[in-house]
Amino acid sequence: MISVRNLSVSFAKTQVLHDVSFEVAKGESFALVGESGSGKSTILKALAGQLKSWQGDLDIMDAPQGAGSKRDLARKVQMVFQDPYGSLHPRRTIDDTLGEPLAIHGIPDRDRRVLDMLDAVGLSRRFRFRLPHQLSGGQRQRVAIARALMLDPPVLLLDEPTSALDVSVQAEILNLLKALREEKGLTFLLVTHDLPVVSFLCDRLAILRAGRIEETTDVADLRSGQLSSAYGQELFRRSVDG
Amino acid sequence: MSLLSVKNLRVTFPSDHGPVEVVRGLSFDLGRERLGIVGESGSGKSMTGRAIMGLIATPGQVTADVLTFDGVDLRDLPETALRKLRGARMSMILQDPKFSLNPVIRIGPQIEEAMAVHGALTKRQRRARMLDALTAVRIDDPARVARLYPHEVSGGMGQRVMIAMMVVMEPALMIADEPTSALDVSVRGQVLDILDDLVKRRGMGLMLISHDLNMVSRWCDRILVMFQGAIVEEISAGQLYKAQHPYTRGLVASLPRIDESRDRLPVLDRTAL
Repeated sequence: MISVRNLSVSFAKTQVLHDVSFEVAKGESFALVGESGSGKSTILKALAGQLKSWQGDLDIMDAPQGAGSKRDLARKVQMVFQDPYGSLHPRRTIDDTLGEPLAIHGIPDRDRRVLDMLDAVGLSRRFRFRLPHQLSGGQRQRVAIARALMLDPPVLLLDEPTSALDVSVQAEILNLLKALREEKGLTFLLVTHDLPVVSFLCDRLAILRAGRIEETTDVADLRSGQLSSAYGQELFRRSVDG
Repeated sequence: MSLLSVKNLRVTFPSDHGPVEVVRGLSFDLGRERLGIVGESGSGKSMTGRAIMGLIATPGQVTADVLTFDGVDLRDLPETALRKLRGARMSMILQDPKFSLNPVIRIGPQIEEAMAVHGALTKRQRRARMLDALTAVRIDDPARVARLYPHEVSGGMGQRVMIAMMVVMEPALMIADEPTSALDVSVRGQVLDILDDLVKRRGMGLMLISHDLNMVSRWCDRILVMFQGAIVEEISAGQLYKAQHPYTRGLVASLPRIDESRDRLPVLDRTAL
């Protein structure tokens, strides 16, 4: 579904990614784990077409990332961001936010699709004509997920989708993401620093450090604490002992 | 005698629908220890910290039956007297160094400013103590860092600078409001170690306000769990999994674990509380 081979990215003279390679199968949930500056979000940006220049091969659904138009890409891949306060237009109603991708892509039946999506992400229909500031953080993140799913993309890129939320709200959003993936057969690429979230939501993970992949492994190894790289072990220990 | 004594603390803000009480009758004592205050957004944990520091601005109102710090009644202390305490005897660390440091003053002079306001030290003494404070928070090259502007240092370094700024006055009480939430796990450990050292070596009292249940329960001597402006439960160190109150238990259950095997996470039922 997603194939990244020898991806290198530089900003000015600083190289932030060094020959990163990994594959994500259809329907799989894959995590990129690392600390700030490890380059994990940069990989998502490259896949979402937000970077001007990079070297290597990026394939999404067996086609090179840069091949089609931006519109084609938007139908394949959508992104959910960390901060639900920053990622929604403050002066557009939920209806505007959810309806816009449909309008751009000329998809009919907007009314029904918006209402269906509100139901799918567990938001009451009465929120349809509210503005973001009238919603809580968890509700906003539901809107952000709904917006990402409006075009029915097979791939979701999730950039720390729950780290700005309270723990009880985090549980709701994690459950929602898991349920949506099962229902719609979505492929997830999740960026996070939170190992327990990976354990709950993902099948495999790659551990990044300073722009390089230290190891790629099955989530079972994470659960049993058997990460092979020294850095992976260190992250595991910190996550368990604080 | 305890360092800080609070009885029936209330913080109220006016609203269109009448006054709203955000802290409802909080009582606790703090000695020379690490006290954790946990709760979710809106539970009143930050407001508690601010109320103790006297940082609730009008129209907010603070009332308490007892609010004593080191024998001083804080309730009706005039602003000038409060200013002498704040920064010198009691200080506060906020979450994000990006917003708490002055962007146009170099780090060294910024730390010295607190001493200039409070102390009778000479310029040379202030500089020496500033460098000591930076060393104390494990900055390897204090003279170089002192010359930098806040935007030239990383988040973790910025937070250590914030702590150095507080430490330099050797306060008796430190209120740390989410001091590590903006930091990576590797830096988080270092910052906690520094705070720990201050409690153990200088006998400081520390109030650590956080939403991170696991971190607080591992690290503090005891924890107060806040919900809707009140303390619902007190837990001693490491006893988080023996919590009794349904709110605390709900929070603990809803956290994913590193060896997660549950298909769905239990969600807190707010209506049942």
